[in-house]
Amino acid sequence: MKFSIEDVTVYFPYDNIYPEQYAYMLELKRALDARGHCLLEMPTGTGKTIALLSLITSYTLSKPQNPVKLIYCTRTVHEMEKTLAELKLLHNYQLQHLGPSAKILAVGLSSRKNLCINPRVLAAENRDSVDAGCRKLTASWVRAVAAENPRIPTCEFFEQYERAGSSAVLPPGVYTLQDLRAFGKEKGWCPYFLARHMVQFANVVVYSYQYLLDPKVASIISKEMQRESVVVFDEAHNIDNVCIEALSVSVRRQTIEGARRNLHKINQEIDKFKATDAGRLRAEYNRLVEGLALRGDLRASDAWLANPALPDDILKEAVPGNIRRAEHFLHVLRRLVQYLEGRLETENLEKESPIAFVASILNHAGIDQKTLKFCYDRLHSLMLTLEITDTDEFLHIQTICDFATLVGTYARGFSVIIEPYDERMPHIPDPVLQLCCHDASLAIKPVFERFQSVVITSGTLSPIDLYPRLLNFNPVVSRSFTMSLTRDCICPMVLTRGSDQLPVSTKFDMRSDLGVVRNYGRLLLEMASVVPDGIVCFFVSYSYMDGIVNSWNENGILKEIMQHKLVFIETQDVVETTLALDNYRKACDCGRGAVFFSVARGKVAEGIDFDRHYGRLVIMFGVPFQYTLSKILLARLEYLRDTFQIKEGDFLTFDALRQAAQCVGRVIRSKADYGMMVFADKRYSRHDKRSKLPGWILSHLREAHLNLSTDMALHIAREFLRKMAQPYDKTGGSGNKTLLSQEDLEKMMAEGKMNDMLH
Amino acid sequence: MSTGQVIKRAKYKTSLKDPGTDGVLKLTEEKLFFRPNDPTSNMKLEVDFKSIQSHRNTKEGSNKPPWLNLGHSQGNYIFELASYPDLNVCREFVGAAVLLLCFTLGSISTLSGIALSRNKSGEAPPAISGEQLSPAEMELRIKLLREDSKLQKLHRELVASGKLTESEFWATRKKLLDKDESRKLKQRVGFKNSMIFDTKPMSDGRTNQVTFSLTPEIKNQIFALKPAVHQAFLNFVPSKMTEKDFWTKYFRAEYLHSTKNAVAAAAEAAEDEELAVFLKDDEILEKESRKKVRRVDPTLDMEADQGDDYTHLPDHGIFRDGSKEVSEAQHQLCRRTLLQDLNRQGAVVLEGRTLDSEMEHQRTVAEVLERTRHESDGDIEQERRNRISRMTQIEDLQEQGDHPFAPLCIKDPREYFDSQQANAVKTLDHSQAGMDQTRCNLSSEEAYGFLKVSISKIKTLGISDPLVSPEIASKVLAGLTKNISTSKYQYGKNSQESVLDILPNTTKEQLLDHWVCSQELLRHFWSSYPITTSNLNTKVNRLKDSISQMYSKLEEIKVSARSDMRHQVSLIVHPMQQVLDAALLHYDADKRKRNAKAQRLNGYA
Repeated sequence: MKFSIEDVTVYFPYDNIYPEQYAYMLELKRALDARGHCLLEMPTGTGKTIALLSLITSYTLSKPQNPVKLIYCTRTVHEMEKTLAELKLLHNYQLQHLGPSAKILAVGLSSRKNLCINPRVLAAENRDSVDAGCRKLTASWVRAVAAENPRIPTCEFFEQYERAGSSAVLPPGVYTLQDLRAFGKEKGWCPYFLARHMVQFANVVVYSYQYLLDPKVASIISKEMQRESVVVFDEAHNIDNVCIEALSVSVRRQTIEGARRNLHKINQEIDKFKATDAGRLRAEYNRLVEGLALRGDLRASDAWLANPALPDDILKEAVPGNIRRAEHFLHVLRRLVQYLEGRLETENLEKESPIAFVASILNHAGIDQKTLKFCYDRLHSLMLTLEITDTDEFLHIQTICDFATLVGTYARGFSVIIEPYDERMPHIPDPVLQLCCHDASLAIKPVFERFQSVVITSGTLSPIDLYPRLLNFNPVVSRSFTMSLTRDCICPMVLTRGSDQLPVSTKFDMRSDLGVVRNYGRLLLEMASVVPDGIVCFFVSYSYMDGIVNSWNENGILKEIMQHKLVFIETQDVVETTLALDNYRKACDCGRGAVFFSVARGKVAEGIDFDRHYGRLVIMFGVPFQYTLSKILLARLEYLRDTFQIKEGDFLTFDALRQAAQCVGRVIRSKADYGMMVFADKRYSRHDKRSKLPGWILSHLREAHLNLSTDMALHIAREFLRKMAQPYDKTGGSGNKTLLSQEDLEKMMAEGKMNDMLH
Repeated sequence: MSTGQVIKRAKYKTSLKDPGTDGVLKLTEEKLFFRPNDPTSNMKLEVDFKSIQSHRNTKEGSNKPPWLNLGHSQGNYIFELASYPDLNVCREFVGAAVLLLCFTLGSISTLSGIALSRNKSGEAPPAISGEQLSPAEMELRIKLLREDSKLQKLHRELVASGKLTESEFWATRKKLLDKDESRKLKQRVGFKNSMIFDTKPMSDGRTNQVTFSLTPEIKNQIFALKPAVHQAFLNFVPSKMTEKDFWTKYFRAEYLHSTKNAVAAAAEAAEDEELAVFLKDDEILEKESRKKVRRVDPTLDMEADQGDDYTHLPDHGIFRDGSKEVSEAQHQLCRRTLLQDLNRQGAVVLEGRTLDSEMEHQRTVAEVLERTRHESDGDIEQERRNRISRMTQIEDLQEQGDHPFAPLCIKDPREYFDSQQANAVKTLDHSQAGMDQTRCNLSSEEAYGFLKVSISKIKTLGISDPLVSPEIASKVLAGLTKNISTSKYQYGKNSQESVLDILPNTTKEQLLDHWVCSQELLRHFWSSYPITTSNLNTKVNRLKDSISQMYSKLEEIKVSARSDMRHQVSLIVHPMQQVLDAALLHYDADKRKRNAKAQRLNGYA
């Protein structure tokens, strides 16, 4: 359908539209007009992504004089694929209606691992070795040697891509990763480098958060993006965590050992070069004297991870004299590693500010702050000079340098924490020295500054006023939409008591209580016998899930559950989890039905949809609080309290509830879908917890469903499922329209009713 | 049997009680001979198979001796064979011979194929029908005919008289012929959801010993769940150890695993390399899963995220904040957890049984695993794409116009029923269209006018002049009611009883036969339209002739029925004739049309 929002004609690839999608577009359009940032919360299952894509592409089409580029960030590769598939649908529709003028170029960008088509490189198992494998074939010096000696292997795809030169371009269209690979295979060009190159010219770029937020990656890939871009962070409820992770580094015993080995190897390399090609080292020295940390523009194939500090914080001056010589720099690194090793051998927990830590380095190892700060750049330069291609071997020394650079650069918003062992396993010594970032606004600040509009959107951003504080920005639009429902297709319930009427909870003192475990088991068992197709269960942590599944196994509940449905479980092994999910879907498709056990904050909870028959019921066992004894969390809470005046308890509850909401929100995808959500913990019935849930869940949480026991919940479930099985009128009848056709929309706009309805 | 005769030692009995005469039974294509051992005995027999009407035999396993009982018009010949295998041979032969005779009585041409395949000596002339049948298939057809006397009758009626060819007859009965095929494809019992719980040990409570009772089913499940164990089984048993030792070792390993004592397990595994096999990770599974993960739906492919550029550097990001849990750095052995077992089990259950349990042991695992991945990559890619595009559509935003079915959406039941009513009326209209159209030229005003006039007439005159004269009316009424009362008298009392039951047996049988026969003919007749080949044309012509024959036969039955039954018979025969009529009419119409067409074509030419 085609309609206009103010002065923009929007092309929407469906025949109908939800009113909230319209409202969402309207707000988004206003934010784009104002060239400001916005924060939009819209329930899952209301077609956020397509509304967003439709509006932004249509906006560009309507205003060809100042086109905006769309940078769409997803958290996972599969979400990237989903987004691109939706975009493809939209693009086809626009082509149909506008003809070739609607042509755009949209690419997804991922790592070499997902884009490489060279079978020799792909044979490598993990990502780092794919990267290194690629570098071994494509680094400029390797190719220079190969030009003379044909026996040195190179990558034929990269060679052909290079040979094609500027004619190697992607024709307009929407390219998923798969399409890119197919195109690369067809032309014989390397899809990875092609995509990296095309990112600058594409109208729409879809990639992962880190490509913008992590300075190590962003300054390689996203450097060239123009200011007139709209950056979208989808499913952004965890964006603060991504931000702080991007700036955190830790050092463990393995790191120290690895770094030692790396230093030894580098030393050997230097000696080798001294003997054969001393000129090169001298040239490097001269370059450093002149203040060039890196030699001009690096070729794409040589690019390595960039500086871990944010671009604005990187010093633009010459590398200090004491580390200009390669062997001197090695000495500095050796002393640093030595010092860090000494600090790891602590008996007690230690917490320091970066300033104190830097001062102590200066005292004990004689390395000053400026030298620390240049560690990364100096290492990078050295690696290039030494022509090291197997970068995956040198990750440890790189970690050490990243640590040094970060700790030398930032004085605020960080702390250094040294833990001799994990709190939960005090008998196993496993010392960790962590530099952790507490301030999410640091990493995202350059993004807000660089781009014209940044859109942060998700199904759960409640309380919506907290995000601007956490990320330190001023949105021009900040709104939370509710869901207009044709029928009550979601049914949230709070279950406080088990079948024996005793309270259930995952509170620390209750979680190992056998009665609670049994009650949870009975709940799932009874539900499995009532609910058709798929059921998803979320637990508060892996260890809790492991424990509860084992005890269900011992007391036979698991066997009884399996009489109704197959059981699949998320494990820490990604491959296994992926296969388990695939099998889960198969079981739901074939009608056997299945239960999926998963973990809140886990990978599955973050990005997998359990829509339609893949999820008719979600049970959230417990409140997914963070591990509150974690020293890092405590440090962060302290920082938040001091800097942003956010109370510890508030933040913890907010964090737990957004995870819970995220988990249960995975069941619904459209208004034709339906699903139940059971919050199985007595703490959910308390107002201070419950009120942190997003509005669209709260508005369906009836008073009567706030304090249920298993039998009552079961009764409600039966009723609900029966009700949902009835045919219904999709458009929502005459009173309150929940599905608008083009005429409806036009009529409403003519009457000016749209605004009344939405507000 | 290929020799065309069977000779067996047997006893011939004239009745069941008769002790019997020892002798030799010889069966040939046409005849059966019995020569008593005692040449003086007068129990010599020489019988044409033509006169044999039925054959029965005692079942193996019953405590009766192996008897072959051949019925003829006057009584039975009973032969007691020496053993059941002998009996089986004879029975087969007799069955085939009887059938063959009923074939040869009919058309020779269509059956020459059979004859050819049956006795490879090649006495019969070569096939004219052009149909080459494998002996196995022929066997099957003969068996089917023998098992089903009705089918046999029909076969005789239609094929033997040349109304249908052999292949045409069987073409409509593909299902019967495919019986054995379908038996193979039949749904098989899958695995139970809860497999891994089926091997719980039993302990006697006094000693530390536990007992596992293993059924083949359980072994099968273990093999399915753990290809490595299967592999080990194939490698070790019986060359290295006995099956019992194997399982003892397996459960020993399982026990070690369940204690979660990695050190103890490692110690034991170091001493016993066979035991170590069970404790190690399953390599076959790992390989398989690596392959499978490339084919999963991209919307849930979390493996692709693993290390999406630069995000999974070691030691970057927050390491120990409690949200990520480090699993204890465990020993190489004993890493398998219950969770993994559950996932594995789900996968196996969904995969279902790949093999029949008996065959399992002979095959290598590799072979089995090989077989499961014969899908080509192209299909998978395509499927992935289709799936993702299906996933991206939001169902209720899209108008769904192209469904071949009406959506089930009853907003208002009243409306629904009204529309249904209208539909029903419409179809009724169609069926009566021929009659109605001629009369329906009145507009509603006119009709109203007429009605008004006649009403006013009646009003003024009263109904003085009835439409039908009373005498005729009463006659008709009497006739109708009489009919009702008689039939009521005869068969209305018992609803279970059908009209057929009151007919004499011969008529009834005749009617039923004709019914079946005409149904078969009609099926063939209608299935040959539209006529596209000359072959079909000849077939239709042939069928038309048989249909008209059938028609006249029915007519005959009607006429020949006893007068008191005639009405009932005609009631039954009438619909049968109607359907035949319809066929004949269609035939004529079609012929005319085609002739016209042919002429037109000629005209143009």
